[in-house]
Amino acid sequence: MNVRAQIGTMFHLDKCIGCHTCSLACKNIWTDRRGTEYMWWNNVETKPGTGYPCQWEDQEKFRGGWEKHNGSIRLKSTGKARIVTNIFHNPHMPSMDDYYEPWTYDYQHLFNAPEGPDQPTARPISMVTGEHIDVESGPNWDDDLGGSPVYAEHDPNLAGLSEEQRRQLFSVEQLVFFYLPRICNHCLNPACVASCPSGALYKRGEDGIVLVDQKRCRAWRSCIAACPYKKVFFNWHTGKSEKCILCYPRLETGQAPACFHSCVGRIRYLGVLLYDAERIADAANLPTEQLIDAQREMILDPHDSHVIENALKNGISDAVIEAAQDSPVYKFVKVWKIALPPHIEFRTLPMLFYVPPMAPVMAQRRDGALDSVSDNLFHDIEQARVPLKFLANLLGAGQEGKVLYALRKQKAVRWYRRALTVGDVDLETARRMLRDADCTEHEAQAIYELTSLCTVEQRFVIPPMLREQAIESLKDPHEQKQNAGFGFLSGPRRGL
Amino acid sequence: MAQLLNYVDTALFALAPYVAMFTFFLVSIQRYRAQTFSFSSLSSQLLENKRHFWALVPFHYGILVVLAGHLVAFLIPRSILLWNSHPLRLYVLEISALAFGILSLVGLIAAVARRLSNSKVRKVTSPVDAVLYFLLLVQLASGVAIAILYPWGTSWFATSMTPYLWSLVKFSPDVTLMAAAPHLVKLHVFNAFVVIGLFPFTRLVHILVVPNPYLWRKPQVVRWYGLGARG
Repeated sequence: MNVRAQIGTMFHLDKCIGCHTCSLACKNIWTDRRGTEYMWWNNVETKPGTGYPCQWEDQEKFRGGWEKHNGSIRLKSTGKARIVTNIFHNPHMPSMDDYYEPWTYDYQHLFNAPEGPDQPTARPISMVTGEHIDVESGPNWDDDLGGSPVYAEHDPNLAGLSEEQRRQLFSVEQLVFFYLPRICNHCLNPACVASCPSGALYKRGEDGIVLVDQKRCRAWRSCIAACPYKKVFFNWHTGKSEKCILCYPRLETGQAPACFHSCVGRIRYLGVLLYDAERIADAANLPTEQLIDAQREMILDPHDSHVIENALKNGISDAVIEAAQDSPVYKFVKVWKIALPPHIEFRTLPMLFYVPPMAPVMAQRRDGALDSVSDNLFHDIEQARVPLKFLANLLGAGQEGKVLYALRKQKAVRWYRRALTVGDVDLETARRMLRDADCTEHEAQAIYELTSLCTVEQRFVIPPMLREQAIESLKDPHEQKQNAGFGFLSGPRRGL
Repeated sequence: MAQLLNYVDTALFALAPYVAMFTFFLVSIQRYRAQTFSFSSLSSQLLENKRHFWALVPFHYGILVVLAGHLVAFLIPRSILLWNSHPLRLYVLEISALAFGILSLVGLIAAVARRLSNSKVRKVTSPVDAVLYFLLLVQLASGVAIAILYPWGTSWFATSMTPYLWSLVKFSPDVTLMAAAPHLVKLHVFNAFVVIGLFPFTRLVHILVVPNPYLWRKPQVVRWYGLGARG
């Protein structure tokens, strides 16, 4: 057993209202520099929809992630020997057109325009070239366009849905969508790290954050193609790859990442997960239907004395183990099993988990009018307007069982709380539903509290990362005095 | 006049190569120490993805083979001459050398055209890039022209260029070997020294950081405080 700690994250999709506050918090802090205008380390997608970059989930197109090959796994894009022949032109790299060309508006024209019969306008100008452009799409162009034949119909997750299901999903009165906020998953088996010819990408041993070493990145571009979630971006100005850093400067000072902290719906949870690093290679190589269970198996019980002993042996501090015991992510993922990894079939073992969304409640058509209250108050999961198969393709590696389990439990918790607080449903029925959903009353109460009543301290259990102590033991803090940040002797300027 | 030409030859082919190599090593090392961040291939594939393939792939494959050919003729001239002693083998070598030379020239022209015509790529083209592209165009065009106008270069490189280059390596430059060469060859050789001298000031530095350890390293990289990379 090789115990390591990882900052695990969990997004509760049932609570996401799609306000994009997270995206803007991130953009304002990290990606408002030249060369990064088109990047959204955090973005929120409407599902069904094609996402950002357009159709990122289609790995036949982008060839991200891992694939089974002769009994083991290999990168789908250009790993190892294949990099030699593809280094001059990466065949699977998305271009800016797959994201969008960033733009601003020619506001000066409003003041400088010569006097004329018409109001002057502020035309869009490209933030790359500075020339006027016709804006045709943007990073969130299909926001709320659940039934769109241009976007939603091309969602790769619709694969395997019956004609009937598709028809329902896109018929006017059944239109449905939910939001999928995305950041880097800080995977256990990251394809970006494995693909980097320079070894510039790495996973931090102490907290599992995946970073790009800006000094070692040489713009070979492999990571951009290899990441199946398309969460490594190319800064076209500096000629370096960049990605979500999980706001490690904030984490190291005890603050939640900006996207987490600013979340209006309070959907985001963050906490330590202890895992067995020995099992990564084997787990990533299992048949698709075993991946979710294997990843859960790898995540270790922080209360187990054997695990604690091994963690201490690996230099994980008591404080981090305590944080792991308190981790909300651990509860949602491992104890309650209602949070699922996105597209684990890409085999990167993502460490960001999603609680699948319950909403919306099934609407019924009665006498020509829509009635949002069905007979059993909360609809049967199997008849949800979002077909189970769709959620399964997104969060269950195609298996409906995993998603069904998570949704059933959530539904039972709702019934149980309804019985307790409103009293218009029978408590005995609620208890039966809890039993059917593999949930005790105690657990239901805990899920309810951590879902609905959670405080900042409960959502973000940030371990003391002791980074400054570790650095001070190796370096004189005054050595970095008056530097231009990041420890560079000079600013990170583009090369000649 | 002859005396003057002699001076010019000395400056171009006995002095310039040392200035070039001196700058190359000194500035490359200094730039790596002080400006590690600036070591990048500065790819523009994100901004334009289609013509990128038709420019960059032929250019790189062509130039790699051509450079490898120069290196082989420099290191083992006798084997080259032995190989060329049979006419058929000479033709094969000459034609493949010319083919790869043309491949790289076509690729470079495509790359320049792409830089000029695509507004986004033009935005990431610096004045230094323009100088570099010009020098490389001169270098590749003169090389291809030499291959066509002065045939059997694979042989005469081994007999007259290799001794000259070795005389440079041995710090006793023999300019007479170069003085007799045609002007086109002189241009090609001198321009090569210019490219080497300007190398560390351009994006060519990405050649110095080609990722050779990748093929042997473990797929995953984990770094710990103070410990650096570990399995």
